[in-house]
Amino acid sequence: MSSSGPSSQPAFAMPSAVSFRNVSRAFGSVRAVDRLSLDIDEGEFFAMLGPSGSGKTTCLRLIAGFEQPDDGHIEIFGETAEGVPPYKRSVNTVFQDYALFPHMSVGENVAYGLMIRGVSRAEREAKARAALEMVKLGGYELRRPAQLSGGQRQRVALARALVNEPKVLLLDEPLGALDLKLREQMQEELKALQKELGITFVFVTHDQGEALSMANRVAIFNEGKIMQVGSPVEIYERPRSRFVADFVGSSNVLPPKFAAAHGGTAYWTSLRPERIGVFAPGTLVPAVQAHADGIVTSINYQGSATRFCVTTDEALLTAETPATAARYRQGDGVRLIWPKSAMVAMEAET
Amino acid sequence: MSSERGAAPLGLKIAAVAGLLFLHLPLALIFLYAFTTEERSFAFPPPGYTTQWFGIAWSERPDIWPPLWLSLKVAAIATALSLILGTLAGAALSRTKFFGRETISLLFVLPIALPGIITGISLRSAFDIMGLDFSMWTIILGHATFCIVVVYNNAIARFRRLSGNLVEASMDLGANGFQTFRYVVLPQIGTALLAGGMLAFALSFDEVIVTTFTAGQQSTLPIWMLSELIRPRQRPVTNVVAVFVFLVTLLPILAAYFLTREGEHAGGSSK
Repeated sequence: MSSSGPSSQPAFAMPSAVSFRNVSRAFGSVRAVDRLSLDIDEGEFFAMLGPSGSGKTTCLRLIAGFEQPDDGHIEIFGETAEGVPPYKRSVNTVFQDYALFPHMSVGENVAYGLMIRGVSRAEREAKARAALEMVKLGGYELRRPAQLSGGQRQRVALARALVNEPKVLLLDEPLGALDLKLREQMQEELKALQKELGITFVFVTHDQGEALSMANRVAIFNEGKIMQVGSPVEIYERPRSRFVADFVGSSNVLPPKFAAAHGGTAYWTSLRPERIGVFAPGTLVPAVQAHADGIVTSINYQGSATRFCVTTDEALLTAETPATAARYRQGDGVRLIWPKSAMVAMEAET
Repeated sequence: MSSERGAAPLGLKIAAVAGLLFLHLPLALIFLYAFTTEERSFAFPPPGYTTQWFGIAWSERPDIWPPLWLSLKVAAIATALSLILGTLAGAALSRTKFFGRETISLLFVLPIALPGIITGISLRSAFDIMGLDFSMWTIILGHATFCIVVVYNNAIARFRRLSGNLVEASMDLGANGFQTFRYVVLPQIGTALLAGGMLAFALSFDEVIVTTFTAGQQSTLPIWMLSELIRPRQRPVTNVVAVFVFLVTLLPILAAYFLTREGEHAGGSSK
C-alpha cells in the first residue's frame, strides 16, 4: 500500500478512481467505517459486499458526499473529496428506493441534472431522450414515476444518473427491490452498460450471487472493515478468513486439527461443499485426495443439486452433489472424498 | 339499543339540529340585520329591508378604512412571517431525531391552545420590559405566535411524508440547497403551506383578544366593530362589515380545507 499523496506521485501515474486512506466514520459509539483503505480503479465494476451494518453503504455515501469522514483521506480521481458537497462531485447515485421526483415526469426527472447545470431545453430534452433509449425506455418521457413498474423506475433512476456523464456511478442495492427474473435480466444489462460506457461502477449489495456475477472485483465488508478484496474467483476460491469463507457461498470451515489429519495443514481451512464427493464406504482413495467416513444425518434436495449433511468422528461436513448422483439415504454410512487442493488454509482465524 | 342500526334516536336528532341552529342562527341574524331599515336597535323581525347600508359603508364612513387596512396588513405580514418560521421549524423537527424533540414540538403548538388572554398579558408585559412601543409590529408579533402553529402543523405533516432521499437525490444531481428547495421541496410541500398560510391569515384577520393587549391606540377591524356596537347610529353598517369579515375569513378556510384534503388523496390514503 503506497502512502504517498498525489503530489509525490510521478505525473504519468493514473490516480485511482476512488481512493480511501485510513478512513473512519462513526455514528455515536458505532464505528460504521473503521480505518479503512481501499482503491477502486478507473473503469472497474466494483462490488461492496457484506451483511447489513457492515459499513458498505456508509462507504458509498462517503464517496457520494452525503457523509464526511471523521478521520482519514478520500480522493476521487486524484482530487481531495473531504469537504466537497455532493453537488460539486462528478459522482452520481442510483438510490435503493430510486428516489424519483414524484411531481415531475420521467423526462423531467432524467433532465433534472442538466437543467440544474443550465443546459438549454432543447439539448437536455435530446440528451434525456437518448438516456432513456439507452435503458430501453424510449417514449416514456411524459409518464409519471407513479405510473411505472419497479423495474422501469429503476431504469429511469439509472438514466437520470448516467445522463450527467459521471466519472463514478454509485449503485445502492440497485436490484434489491426487483423480483428474481427481473433481477437476473438487470444484472446482465448493467454489466453490458458498464462495459459499453466504461464508467467506474461501484455497487453495494448484500447478495453474494449478484456481487460475484457482476463485478470485476469484490470487497467483503464486516464491522466497518474490509476483510478481503479480489476478483470473484479469488474471493470464492481463496477465502482468507472464516468470515469470507462463510459469507461468500457456503463453506465447511475445518478446525486446524481436523484439516491436518485429512490432507491439509494445521490451519483453519475452507472446503467448499461442491468439491466433496459422496461415495460408498470403503471406496478407494487416490493419493491426491483426502477422505472422511461418516453417516448421512440429513438430505436437502435443491433441484439442480442435493446437499448431504454428514457427521464424521470430529466434524459435521456438508457435501453438494448433482441431483442425479444422489442415491444415499438418511442413516447410510458414506465415504466423503475431496481433492487435497480444494482445501484452502486461511490466514485469519476469524 | 333496540333502534335500528345507523338510525339515531329521535331525541338525539332533535338535539343535533338544535345545536346546529344555536351555532349558526346568530350568523344568519347578522346577515339579516345588514339589510334592516332600523338603525338604532336590532329589532326582530326587521321593520323593512334595504341595501343602503352597503352604499353608506362604502362611501360615507371613512372611519372603516384605516382599521381594514391595518387588519389586512397585520394578517398579511403575520402570515408571511409564520410561513417562513413555521416551515423552517417543521423542516428541522421532521428531519432529525434528538432528545427533547417532542417537547420542542409541543412548545411550538402550545400558543394555539393557550387562552388568548394569557398570550396577550404575557406579550404585553414582555413588550413593556423590552421597552417596545405598541405599534402595528407588536400586533403582528402577537398574531405570529398562533399563526406559526397552523403553518408548522401543516408543514411538518407534509415533511414527514417527503422521502429524505429526494433531497439527497437532488443534491447528487448537482443542485445546491436553494435549488433543491426550489425544485424539489417546495413543489412537494406547496399546497400544505398554502393551506397553512390561509388558515393563519383567517386566524389573524378576526383576532380580538391578543390584539387588545398588543395594540396601542390603533384598532384592527374586529376591535373597531366592537367599539362600534356601543354607538347608537348606523348600526347596520357594522353588520355590513361583519359580512365582509365573514367572507374574508371563511373563503381561505374553505380553500385550506380543500387543499389539504387533495393533498391526502395524492398521498394515497383513501377518502
